Amino acid sequence: MKNRPLFLKILSGVLIFGAWEVAGQIPVSFAFPTFLDSMAALWVMTVDGTIFVAYAETLKPLVVGVLISAFLGIGIGVWIGLSRKFDWLVSPLFIVMQSAPLAALIPLLVMVYGIGLTSKVFVVCIMAMPVIVLNTGGAVRNTPASIVEMGNSFLGSRLQVIMKIIMPSASPIIFVGLRLGISAGFIGAILAELKITPTGVGDIITYSRSIADYPAMYAAIFSIILLAVLFLNVLERIETVLFKGINKGLVPD
Amino acid sequence: MHDKTQSPNAVEVRNVCKYYDQVEALRDMSLDIPRGGLTSMLGPSGCGKTTLLKIIAGLLPATSGEVFVNGEAVTGPGPERAFVFQDFALLPWASVMRNVAFGLELRGVAKSEREAIAEKCIADVGLNGFENSFPHQLSGGMRQRVGLARALSVDAELLLMDEPFSAVDEQTRRKFQEDLLNLVKSQNRTFLFVTHSIEEAVYVSDQIALLLPRPSRVSEIIQPSGFRDKDPDSIRRDSEYLDIVDDIWKSLRSYVE
Repeated sequence: MKNRPLFLKILSGVLIFGAWEVAGQIPVSFAFPTFLDSMAALWVMTVDGTIFVAYAETLKPLVVGVLISAFLGIGIGVWIGLSRKFDWLVSPLFIVMQSAPLAALIPLLVMVYGIGLTSKVFVVCIMAMPVIVLNTGGAVRNTPASIVEMGNSFLGSRLQVIMKIIMPSASPIIFVGLRLGISAGFIGAILAELKITPTGVGDIITYSRSIADYPAMYAAIFSIILLAVLFLNVLERIETVLFKGINKGLVPD
Repeated sequence: MHDKTQSPNAVEVRNVCKYYDQVEALRDMSLDIPRGGLTSMLGPSGCGKTTLLKIIAGLLPATSGEVFVNGEAVTGPGPERAFVFQDFALLPWASVMRNVAFGLELRGVAKSEREAIAEKCIADVGLNGFENSFPHQLSGGMRQRVGLARALSVDAELLLMDEPFSAVDEQTRRKFQEDLLNLVKSQNRTFLFVTHSIEEAVYVSDQIALLLPRPSRVSEIIQPSGFRDKDPDSIRRDSEYLDIVDDIWKSLRSYVE
């Protein structure tokens, strides 16, 4: 079959949403709406525009946080990859950050930075940055030694070796880290809205739950997952185009 | 050319020692490499030949002792030396053209100029028509031709080749060796070549430095004379060639486990 992957994707969607629908019909819980009810709620929110207003709010900490995490994260990661000492100094911080129970730390952040945008950006960064930093560091550190030696032997300066050899060589893995970091950032943005102050999509979720409008609540959750998946797909497309040659790898023979 | 190039030796190695942590790789090594032609350093594994080549290239510091290239002490890589790597060390994301021109790119040569030079070097190693291919599309032998062309492009007097054919299959290697002979003849440069293949060393070299391990030292220097000007096909049947191969094996066999 020519369109097998597409067919399988549709099939898997039908299976999951079918199971959701059946579970909602039984119902497994009073608080679990059917798939169709949730979609209807999503449609209503889309038509009256509430969802767009909500995203305008949610995307603020997400975009700011992800941008900070990307630039700062890649910068720190490159440094970690280049310098053993900096690695020992800084890496543990990000490993702790990655495994820390963030929800438990949020009250601390709120005490320091208040309930505004700053705290939310922080939550997004704490979610997104470690994976970007650690991936970048690993990718830079694992640049094949022989091409770095080649750059030195042909009189490349330190900067040239970094920009023309190490960065291109590490970029596919850096991009993977970026992708994982951004998906963690989505989680962080919603977490911040649920735990700090209900705004945007987090507000829809909290408010709908409080008035027992479960279809609307699930519609909001569904929309954020959909957005994340679409965005990551676009990123993956960009990745394939950018790294057409590199993905063939360093085949030694 | 400045007059330092008039000294008879391209490379002089003086009492070089090299330790990796506590492990001794070279002890009190001295060696002269004459200008022009191809000199190979031949020896069993562990005799420090690649270490010595990288010290000459300026890629590794010597623990003690000195290396002079054209009479000047080596403190790091220099423009008069170019290195050909055992594992090719090509940039997988760059085309053959960009890989060959990469040495010039690092030196800041303008794109059109460096591509014109690279074009010529690509032709010298017989890779015309592959300028826009990527390394993963080439066979092992062709990849090493790219590595060789890159070393030729920077116009270094001294080409340092670290077991360049060891990752290449036997048939490709033979062809490559023949081509190398022609290249050495046509280019007015000094080739310094590391290998562990006795046949290869005798076949391509104007001078062979036989290195022995534990401690590393040059045990003898052999200069094949009789068959150098013969046509590449008949060298392997020449009696002097066969005798030298035999002699070298006799001196090396007790060092091979």
